[in-house]
Amino acid sequence: MVLQVKEIHKQYPQFLLDKISFELPEGAIMGLIGENGAGKSTTMRIILGMAQADSGSVSIFGHEGVTEQDRAQIGVVFDELPFNQTLFVSHLGKVMQGIYPNWDQQAYEEYLVRFRLPDKKELKDFSRGMKMKLSLAVAMSHHARLLILDEPTSGLDPVVRAEILDLFLEFISDGKRSILVSSHMTGDLERIADYITLIHQGRVMLSKNKDELIYGYGIARADRQTLAAVDSSLVEAIQDGPYGSQALINDRVRFEREYPDILLDRLNLDEMMVMLCRNEVHRQ
Amino acid sequence: MNLIISNSSGHPIYEQITDQIKACILSGELSEGQALPSMRALARDLHISVITTKRAYEDLERDGFVVVVAGKGCFVAPRNLELMREEKRKQVEQILEKAVEQAKAASISLEELGEMLSLLYED
Repeated sequence: MVLQVKEIHKQYPQFLLDKISFELPEGAIMGLIGENGAGKSTTMRIILGMAQADSGSVSIFGHEGVTEQDRAQIGVVFDELPFNQTLFVSHLGKVMQGIYPNWDQQAYEEYLVRFRLPDKKELKDFSRGMKMKLSLAVAMSHHARLLILDEPTSGLDPVVRAEILDLFLEFISDGKRSILVSSHMTGDLERIADYITLIHQGRVMLSKNKDELIYGYGIARADRQTLAAVDSSLVEAIQDGPYGSQALINDRVRFEREYPDILLDRLNLDEMMVMLCRNEVHRQ
Repeated sequence: MNLIISNSSGHPIYEQITDQIKACILSGELSEGQALPSMRALARDLHISVITTKRAYEDLERDGFVVVVAGKGCFVAPRNLELMREEKRKQVEQILEKAVEQAKAASISLEELGEMLSLLYED
């Protein structure tokens, strides 16, 4: 395991991070999803040692705790570009060289070319997409084994996003490196993530193999009475509407066998999230 | 080899990959002993998750079409005639299932259907 989060627990004045646990194997991408304020960023900060949990542990690269050596092998992208805004990309390279023992200037320059990030231009004049690509270029230029990314593609157009997703797949293609990415771009995660972890109000609601989730679950749609009659062990949540209801089903194969006449749609992560997180939805 | 994947069909992507690679092997397009792309390279080139290509390859191995050699990769298994026959049999059964469904929907009797089958077979 590249990353093991074990029962991370932290009480804030207005918020509780409640025994967060999940595991990220080598060579894999885990998508962390959940509402804003659910605890995703907080969890990531604790993983990085930027905040301390009250109890529980984090193991990175097979050992507990995060050492300086570990940090040098973790690439991080958080929303705000943490660099001095008057720098050029060439200056930034020099700064990073002083910070990361494994800084790979050549890799960095290759990313700059690949991402068409111009030199002699102050960072503050970069577009959002360019800033994001620059953050990724830096994160991937010091031989990191783990990328921890908080919303790396939000606000980016589909063309840039596709480029970045390809980059992620490239990053894990040696089978040793992994990515933990929190994102609202659930469509992207449905395609390239290997695992999905949903955090809701400080708790892990599920953490699963993406394909088992997408193809093992489903959304049943029918009138209220029909869905109410479905065996409750199959139903995770029901949402009623003025013209019908829908239910989050946790076993597609069994459902199709026992209720072949009820419409069962393929799961999509957005709908799943709404059904598991929205207040007026009845959860079993 | 072409792998044409539909994002919107109900058919899971790993199944689509498995089915199409099986077809390539049955048709001879992929020959015995030939190396398949690594599951990671395949994921990258199809822009999908590794866990999906991994599942596809595992299913191919389970069904006897490929052999995974640790550290070396995934190779087309030696031609197993019984396996090929079984696979073809499955495909024909699926097509017949559809025909039966439609016949029933159109009130065509089993007898009539049988007659149609005999005529077609003799052509």
